[in-house]
Amino acid sequence: MEKNSLTIDEVRTLRQDLWWVEPLLVVVVLGSFVVYTTWAALQNAYYYAAPYLSPFYSPCLSTNCAHVSLPLIGSWWNLSPAILILWIPAGFRATCYYYRKAYYRSFFGAPPACAVRDIARNYTGETRFPFVLQNMHRYFFWLASLVVVFLWWDAILAFRFPDGFGVGIGTLVLLVNAFLLSLYSFSCHSCRHMCGGHLDTFHDSPAKYRIWEAVSRLNEHHMLYAWISLIWVALTDLYVRLLSMGVISDVRLI
Amino acid sequence: MATQEVTMRVWRGDASGGAFKEYRLPIGEGMVVLDVIHAIQATQANDLAVRWNCKAGKCGSCSAEINGKPRLMCMTRMNTFKPGETITVAPIKSFPLIRDLVTDVSFNFEKAKTIPPLRLKPKEADGTRRMFQEDIDRAQEFHKCIECFLCQNVCHVIRDHEDNKKHFAGPRFFVRLAALEMHPLDTNDRKQFIKEKAGLGFCNITKCCTEVCPENIHITDNSIIPLKERLVDEFYDPLAWLFRKIGGK
Ligand code: SF4
Ligand code: SF4
Ligand code: FES
Ligand code: FES
Repeated sequence: MEKNSLTIDEVRTLRQDLWWVEPLLVVVVLGSFVVYTTWAALQNAYYYAAPYLSPFYSPCLSTNCAHVSLPLIGSWWNLSPAILILWIPAGFRATCYYYRKAYYRSFFGAPPACAVRDIARNYTGETRFPFVLQNMHRYFFWLASLVVVFLWWDAILAFRFPDGFGVGIGTLVLLVNAFLLSLYSFSCHSCRHMCGGHLDTFHDSPAKYRIWEAVSRLNEHHMLYAWISLIWVALTDLYVRLLSMGVISDVRLI
Repeated sequence: MATQEVTMRVWRGDASGGAFKEYRLPIGEGMVVLDVIHAIQATQANDLAVRWNCKAGKCGSCSAEINGKPRLMCMTRMNTFKPGETITVAPIKSFPLIRDLVTDVSFNFEKAKTIPPLRLKPKEADGTRRMFQEDIDRAQEFHKCIECFLCQNVCHVIRDHEDNKKHFAGPRFFVRLAALEMHPLDTNDRKQFIKEKAGLGFCNITKCCTEVCPENIHITDNSIIPLKERLVDEFYDPLAWLFRKIGGK
């Protein structure tokens, strides 16, 4: 009986399955994304390959941009124009209810997995600074929705080649990017709340009820949209970057 | 019918201490973990304490940790384990141990008592109250709860930080609070209570409650997050506050 006389409290977990695989995957994928995005945002080069604008630099707000979306900032801005805009999607994802789950588990180990003991001894959740700021998520939702409008605009511009209307692989890449980011943004929990979730009765607000139902259906797949839109947006930047560097060339379909 | 030998490691002990004890026994087809525990009780350990009632996943009594995962013993089939695998059965961890697999879950009953009850709107002119199906759909999901307290047990806020028990109600009661707050005929306002007394802010939406719920209630997505958003409306969103002031609400 000796080898079994382990008291329950001494062990981190009694789980025998590979519970650490999921948090490890999140660290690898999310970590790589953050590293790549930071690097790409600081390049201040190779983000435009006519007619494609990288989503990390959209909308491009400074007059110094290789492709200006909206000239809001004068030419005095000589840092990367990505910095002007990237805090919006970054803040949106950082305060997203799904990503919170993902990084609280994987990066903070609170908890690393279900029924596996928390890494930190003390825990106050989202009651104190800085985590109480997660409550600002809805503001990022509004700002990110604006960015999504620009991304659709970029996708439309991606049909406009120097010789007129056309479709390249890049056009499709940008279209899919705008579509996936729309799915991610409009399946957001804050969106679901503001669209109708805040009501206690639906029968007297039929339009809101229908929108709420639609957003609720999208919301069930929010995690999936979070990951595919994340991976796709990085690949979109990479595609434009490689085009602009001349490493690859675009294929014109039409 | 093939009978098969299994090795079970079952926690034996009480508040003063204990250990896992191994039992080997034959099992038959179609058995669940609770059957095997009963077989051990009948043949090898008459004094093994276990709580159960329905054996149908509906009374919520037989919660335990099977191979470290919080589950109902009566709903865990033996054929889901690999042949030859030793199966560990431990009492749920977050509540004081009484004996063997039985814990004292009265924490939950105490929390239940603190929840502000339903306060109905006045009746309509014809002396009735009306509810519409679309208004009550959300709460019907929450009413499936069988009070197994597996979600309470797995929640790291109290599982790993005992001191939070004072100011944290736990996922089962967020489900209850959401059912009340979203009730079409309720007039009680529990937002302050949810923030201050139920400690919703301690939840970091890591979803373990949802993962273990045997009734598949979407605890986090459908009750906790909507409640968090309602608290944002009330306490954290200056624009919503401004609109309320302008709207005179
Ligand atoms: S989602 Fe919140 S309530 Fe549910 S287990 Fe995690 S911390 Fe606890
Ligand atoms: S919400 Fe689910 S896990 Fe929690 S007590 Fe109810 S049935 Fe059990
Ligand atoms: S974007 Fe994920 S919850 Fe809002
Ligand atoms: S015995 Fe009733 S739920 Fe298992």
